[in-house]
Amino acid sequence: MSPATVVFALLFYTATAVLLAGLGWRVADYARTPAPLKIPTTPAPTSTTGVVLRLVREVALFESLFKANLWTWAAGWIFHASLALVLARHLRYFTEPVWGWVVFIQPFGVLAGITMVLGLAGLLARRLLVERIRYISTPSDHLLLWLLIAIGLSGLAMKYFVHTDIVAVKAFFLGLMRADWQPLPADPLLYVHLALVALLMLVFPFSKLLHAPGVFFSPTRTQIDDPREVRHVAAWASKLDRT
Amino acid sequence: MATKVEAPPLRQYPVSPPLVAGSMAESRPYVASDKIQQAIGFPGELAEGWEEKAVAHMGTLLSKYRSLKVFMDACVHCGACSDKCHYFIGTQDPKNMPVARQDLMRSVYRRYFTLPGRLFPKLVGARDLTKDVLDDWYTYFNQCSECRRCSVFCPYGIDTAEVTMAAKEILDHVGYGQKYTNEIIGKVHRVGNNLGLPGPALADTLAGLEEDVKEETGVDVRFPLDEPGAEVLLVTPSADFFAEPHVDSLIGYGKVFHAAGVRWTLSSKASEAGNFGLFIGNYDQLRAIALRIREAALELGVKRIVVGECGHAWRVAYSFWNTLAGIGRGAGDDDPFAQQIQRQLDSRYRQPTHICEFTWDLIERGALRLDKEANDHRVITFHDSCNVARASRMGDRPGGQFEIPRNIIRAVANKYVEMAPETTREKTFCCGGGGGLLTDELLDLRVKGALPRMEALRGVADEHGVNFMATICAICKAQFTKVLPYYGFKMNMVGGVHQLVSTAIRLGGNR
Repeated sequence: MSPATVVFALLFYTATAVLLAGLGWRVADYARTPAPLKIPTTPAPTSTTGVVLRLVREVALFESLFKANLWTWAAGWIFHASLALVLARHLRYFTEPVWGWVVFIQPFGVLAGITMVLGLAGLLARRLLVERIRYISTPSDHLLLWLLIAIGLSGLAMKYFVHTDIVAVKAFFLGLMRADWQPLPADPLLYVHLALVALLMLVFPFSKLLHAPGVFFSPTRTQIDDPREVRHVAAWASKLDRT
Repeated sequence: MATKVEAPPLRQYPVSPPLVAGSMAESRPYVASDKIQQAIGFPGELAEGWEEKAVAHMGTLLSKYRSLKVFMDACVHCGACSDKCHYFIGTQDPKNMPVARQDLMRSVYRRYFTLPGRLFPKLVGARDLTKDVLDDWYTYFNQCSECRRCSVFCPYGIDTAEVTMAAKEILDHVGYGQKYTNEIIGKVHRVGNNLGLPGPALADTLAGLEEDVKEETGVDVRFPLDEPGAEVLLVTPSADFFAEPHVDSLIGYGKVFHAAGVRWTLSSKASEAGNFGLFIGNYDQLRAIALRIREAALELGVKRIVVGECGHAWRVAYSFWNTLAGIGRGAGDDDPFAQQIQRQLDSRYRQPTHICEFTWDLIERGALRLDKEANDHRVITFHDSCNVARASRMGDRPGGQFEIPRNIIRAVANKYVEMAPETTREKTFCCGGGGGLLTDELLDLRVKGALPRMEALRGVADEHGVNFMATICAICKAQFTKVLPYYGFKMNMVGGVHQLVSTAIRLGGNR
């Protein structure tokens, strides 16, 4: 067992634990915090089904962003849709046998690796070139983009230029999941790719990447427009009724 | 504060303007005196230890409001909102970009409430809450009218209004309140309305209105005050009682009630629909001001509550009255507080009802005689008020808040045109005076903030000869009356929807 294998095994255990625990903690915190007033951005749906559809449109199509700015929408949507495909494609390294639909999307997933980087490049270009967005950008905004670009490029490099022993990589991850460690191929590009992915997992619950769970808890998008029909009172506010 | 008031030139094409850093750094409203502050339960002035107090209060708000907590975390700085604020468009000050305004608070949130902000403040743009930062809050959170336009475009629904309200609540909590808003809140408690119009003066005004309408129409239209046993309690912004053009809409409501044969009353206790507690994000004030309506309704024994033309008041009435005061439907068996009022109110009607819903129902039933030609001297357009458009509804379907006022206008007038679609309905631009900014020392900001609306109005004025912009908000009416001349329009171009109804409605010999 090489030292690198041990380091990456421990790194991925840690990163997974931090990601899950951190996200779980944030989500629990969002869910626990009351929304004392009805504040949906109207026109808003008047039923639960309507709200679910609003969220689906928001998450799958980025409806609001589409209204706001076509360039940001295009780059952002291409990046996120590609990322979803890339992540789905990567399931093949964590499942044995590989699920049918994962096999099916494999070619699209590979293509998505390229469009993902293009989408990120578009977002980075906006951040660098558009005065307003340059003004609001913090160093972490840039670094997160570069981190994702580096993950994408290192992955694409292994796909197209310097092939890694992907069968062994899969054995390594299956081994991690079964607590039966297998050696990780000694490949610098692979090390870079995996280290960056672990870093992304580690920063996720502490960064703006919380927009992912956040959208599902945003009262302006998740509340039903029915304040005249249903009395909505938060626990801390209902105490006032009894005074 | 002797700031120069200057209207920016109308843009040839409505493209996002370049940044002019610090262009509005000097624009700030008068700070509330200790007397004004203390009258409504806030500390008189900024005192030793305010930093800890402010951060602690931010923590309290974060635990009470999911909106604030999620909004502080979720922003990715995508810039979708960055060119959507009327104040940014009119002033070009980068801190008037919604995201930058939010970041004034988010930077402090990150410093005190997140791990990366504690460890690497520079990296994530976190800042200590210094006096300079607090001054920046005071300056720029008082350049947000809480209109929610940015929240329409945010992919996570982040609503800057919620952030501004939280900031104002924190500022009030450490003794750094805004004079205009807090003085008015004191007045509404002391006198019963924002204008400080006492009961007897109100009774006089209403008697005068009855005479005026009698003279104009020959019909005895009543404007009753504090009449127990009335079916309808009308709650309307106090500006309707004496300000121009507001009063013309009040006359319209009176004529509609008369034509409908409904017994109605105003209340001297609830002689104000406006609720400035909303603007400062203070739940206790919001609630206390809303409870006046409940008390008046209980005392008078009314069956229905109807709300006059006022944007933020309709938001509070429609979205919050049920929560705050039980005025609505759906009280549980274990909820005696809400049951008390809900048993009294007639549940066959929408509670509360917007005056436009009331009037449109009558028009649909054919219960009003309308002479559309009476409005033929007007070419009309409609300005959607932000709180009606993006924070409430009328009727049974989403978007009724857009259709119903337009339906009324088309029913009472022949000449109606729409302004550019990117400036109406959910995308409507604030008049520039909402959210507690309707004060003279902010006039330069207000004039600049009106720019996008003025551009759209110029478009329909030049193309279709529009000479009347109808709206259903007391603040919009007051603001436009003041700023229209800066853009070369006549100040009496603005008026209420019920002003148009008032012109067209035919009384006497009615069913």
